[in-house]
Amino acid sequence: MGRCQAIFLLIFLFCFIALGCTSKSSSRSHSLTIAGSTSVQPFAEKLAEIYIELNPREVVNVQGGGSTAGIKACREKAAQIGTSSRDLHPEEKDLKKIIIAWDGIAIIVHPQNPIKEITPKQLQGIFSGKIRFWSELGGAKKPIFFVTREEGSGTRDAFESLVMKKMEISNEALVEDSNGAVREIVGHNPFSIGYISFGIVNHQVKALSVNSTPPSLTTIKKREYQLTRPFLFVINEPATPQADRFIQFVLSKEGQHILEKEGLVGIL
Amino acid sequence: MKEKIIEKILMILACSAIGILALITIYIFKEGLPIIIKVGINDFLFNSKWAPTKGHFGILSMIISSLAVTFGAMILGIPLSLACSITLAEFAPPRLMLILKPTIELLAGIPSVVYGFLGVLLLVPFIRDYLGGPGLSLLAASIILAIMILPTITSISIDALQAVPLLYKEGALAMGATHWQAIRLVLLPAARSGVVTAIILGMARAIGETMAVIMVAGNALKIPTSLLNPVRTLTSNIALEMSYSAGDHRTALFATGIILFIFIMALNVLANSLMRKK
Repeated sequence: MGRCQAIFLLIFLFCFIALGCTSKSSSRSHSLTIAGSTSVQPFAEKLAEIYIELNPREVVNVQGGGSTAGIKACREKAAQIGTSSRDLHPEEKDLKKIIIAWDGIAIIVHPQNPIKEITPKQLQGIFSGKIRFWSELGGAKKPIFFVTREEGSGTRDAFESLVMKKMEISNEALVEDSNGAVREIVGHNPFSIGYISFGIVNHQVKALSVNSTPPSLTTIKKREYQLTRPFLFVINEPATPQADRFIQFVLSKEGQHILEKEGLVGIL
Repeated sequence: MKEKIIEKILMILACSAIGILALITIYIFKEGLPIIIKVGINDFLFNSKWAPTKGHFGILSMIISSLAVTFGAMILGIPLSLACSITLAEFAPPRLMLILKPTIELLAGIPSVVYGFLGVLLLVPFIRDYLGGPGLSLLAASIILAIMILPTITSISIDALQAVPLLYKEGALAMGATHWQAIRLVLLPAARSGVVTAIILGMARAIGETMAVIMVAGNALKIPTSLLNPVRTLTSNIALEMSYSAGDHRTALFATGIILFIFIMALNVLANSLMRKK
C-alpha cells in the first residue's frame, strides 16, 4: 500500500514538472523580438516594460548578443528589430537604421581636481597605465587611480572603441559593475578618474572637456563632443506591424522621455 | 498507514533537496566545462590574462586573490574569534553569556551588502588616507571578511569548548593548574577538532563571500603584490561580469564557478571528516 502511495506521489510530481514545461513553450506567435547591443539592451528592456504595461496584448522579447549579432539577426529575420550602439558598416547599409537616442561617454574626476580638460591621447595613456601621475597632466604629484567597467559592459565597449582604439585597458584598473558605482568611487577619491554615461553625471563628480568640448545635451546631439555614439534600431524593410508600433512608441515624446530619464540624450 | 504516507512525503522532500544540489552541480559542469576543454586546463588555471571578449581566459590572478583575501581574513579573524569564544565559554558570567552569544550570532544575520557598504564608507577612505593606495584593496576585503566570519567561528567554537566534559577541567584544576593553563593545555586540545571545523567553515564562508568583497576589493585583474593593491576574487568575477556576458564569456564565468565549487567542496569535505573524527 505504502509503495502505491509513493508511486502516486511521484506521478503527481512529474505532472507538475511536465505542466511547468508546456506552459513555457506555448508563447504567442505574434511576439516582437529585439536583439543586439548590450548597451542598448537595458534601455530596450525598460522601453519594452512600459510598452507592455500600456499595451497588455503585445509581447516583446529583448535579447543581448552584441551589435553585430543584432544586425545579423535582423537580416536573417531571427529578430524583427536589431539594436546597435555603433553606426552601420557600408555592407550593412541595405538595412534601415533608426536613431533612437545618443549616448555620450563623460570622463569624470573628483570635483576638487584642478584639471578641466583632457585629450583622447592622454586618456589612452592613463587607461593603458603609461601615465601614472597627475603631475604629468599638470596636477598634483599623486598617483592616478583609474576606474573602468567590467568586461562585456556596453559603456566599456564604447570607451574602448572611441578612446582606446587598438590599445588595451591596463589590468591595474579598478573595476566596477555599474555607472553608479564608478561615480561613487570617483566622487570619493580625489585622485581618481573614470568614465560613465553622460546622463549619470551629477554634482558628486566633474565631467572633463574632451578636446576642449564639454559634454552637454547640445554638444552630444550635434556630435561635437567626440565621445558620442548613436543608439540604433535596425529593421528589414518593410517592418512588421508589431515592430512598427514599438518603434512609433520609442520615437514618441513618451518613449524619448523614458530614454532621457534613463540617462540618454533624446533625438527630439 | 498515515505514518507511512508522512514518511514518504518527508523522504521525497529530502530527496528533492539533494536533487537540487545534483542539478546545480550537473548544470555548472555542463555549462562551464566546454571552455576549460577549449582553452586547456593549464591555460585556464595558470594564465593570468583575463579578457574574455578578446579570447583570453586565464583566472590565475583571481585564484591567487581569492586565496590571499581568505588567508588575510583568517589571520585577522581566527585570533579574534578564538579570544571571543574562550572568553564567552570560560570567563564570562553565565548571565553575560546569555546576552553576548546571541549578539555575536546576530552579526551573522547582517546582510553582506551592509558590511560592504560600511566598508566603502568607513574602511576604504581610512586605508586610502592613512596607508595609501586606492583604499579599495586586499586589506579592506580581508578586514571585512574577518568580521563576517567572526560569528561562524565563535559560535561553533563555543559549542566545541562547552562539549568538553567538565571532568577534564576539574582534573586539571585539581592538579594545580591555573584557569588559563587549564584552558590552554586541556580544554583547547580536547576541543581541537571542533575548533578546527569552525575555522574551516569560516574559511568556506570567506572564500564564497561575494557582495561585500566586490564593494571593497576594487576588482582589478592584476596579481596583487601588496596588501594595498586592489584584487578580484573568483566570486566577484562571476557576479561582476555575468549581466552582459554571452557565448564563451558566459561559459568562462561558469568555469570560474566550477573552480570555486571545487574549492568549497574540498573545504566542506575536510570539515566533515574532522567533525567525524571527534
